[in-house]
Amino acid sequence: MVALKSVFLKDLALAYRQRAELMQPLMFFVLVITLFPLAIGPSPETLQRIGGGVIWVAAILSLLLGMERMFRDDFADGSLEQYMLSPTPLYMIVVVKVFTHWLMHIVPLFLISPLLALFLHLTFDMYVALMLTLLLGTPLISFVGAIGVALTVGLHRGGVLLALLLIPIFIPLLIFATSAIESASMLLPYHPQLAIIAALLLFSVALSPMAIAYSLKVSQN
Amino acid sequence: MSVLLAQQLVCEKSDRQLFSDINIELSSGQLLYVTGENGAGKTSLLRILVGLSAPATGKVHINGFDIHKDMPSASQGLLYFGHKQGISQLLSALENLQFWCQQHDVKATEEAINGVLAELGLTGLEDIAVKNLSAGQQRRVALAKLWLQQDASLWVLDEPFTALDVHLIAELEAKITLFLKSGGTVVMTSHQKLSIDYPISNLHLDYSW
Repeated sequence: MVALKSVFLKDLALAYRQRAELMQPLMFFVLVITLFPLAIGPSPETLQRIGGGVIWVAAILSLLLGMERMFRDDFADGSLEQYMLSPTPLYMIVVVKVFTHWLMHIVPLFLISPLLALFLHLTFDMYVALMLTLLLGTPLISFVGAIGVALTVGLHRGGVLLALLLIPIFIPLLIFATSAIESASMLLPYHPQLAIIAALLLFSVALSPMAIAYSLKVSQN
Repeated sequence: MSVLLAQQLVCEKSDRQLFSDINIELSSGQLLYVTGENGAGKTSLLRILVGLSAPATGKVHINGFDIHKDMPSASQGLLYFGHKQGISQLLSALENLQFWCQQHDVKATEEAINGVLAELGLTGLEDIAVKNLSAGQQRRVALAKLWLQQDASLWVLDEPFTALDVHLIAELEAKITLFLKSGGTVVMTSHQKLSIDYPISNLHLDYSW
């Protein structure tokens, strides 16, 4: 437990000391969403119709932008080798690292999203649905994305390959999340979509740590 | 029981066989000095021994545990010092060592860590980000792990003398001798002549293409 806490605190300290880098995905997210109303016009109906999808696409792309960093520094400076040789199993360490990464990237996104929802004229019901889908869907992106990051950590300029690997995997999530927001806009229940996203999340939390740990070992090899 | 037992190790990289049929058996208090020219496979051998790389064939056991199948158990008491130093550039020397101690279940207080850093000539530099230290000073921070992990049974050191001054090389050699005399086992590589007053077993790897 002490070991896992220290991984968490170390990653928090490192994120704090690289605040500028941490801001890049958030700035990207904000810029994409503020530019959309300017590009397609201020019509509330149009903005409301596409709002949920725009926020979700921006969230996926901004998360992908920051994802490359997840294991990069640890791989470069040899901390990853030391994690592998520690008495704590690697899959437990990667759970903490993925959670910390999600916390660092998603909490700011949650904090700023009410303002962005206003830009896109989302109703209160749509906003609630958006928050719930983001809450369940973004950890899924982090856990599944971390497998791709672990596989490409040893490659130089692996960012494009990472995006090509991961974006097709996130399409089902995008469909269910936007469908939930659309249902909310029509005041229809959206529990089934949330249940499917939650099931995908639980499935990924259960299995991906092993896959991430194995991928990191392959990359080290 | 052997501390380190490696049987019939074969290493292949990019269709090239670096070495084959390597057998190592080391007991408590033994030093294995691996030599060979650049590219002969010294680092690859060491990485296979600690489980960071997989051999094409062969097995490695540390304290009776298969390092490639049960790494958390096998790596208890193992200290690996590789080319990458395992310290974060953005953290200070003290922070790096505190986090490392917590992750490796090493009981060391802040005073103890500061004491080791002072012993390694890093007084006054404990709270400075490692990126602002010289290459030799960064190496010293990483080497402090050898001083801190008291209960290690096996040290695997890949060119530990790189970037160190003469004074610290002598100090490190003395530390290695002390560890061996206390029953520790060491596998190491170096391009420098080893001045250790202790029996040394040598394993020479030939470069082959």
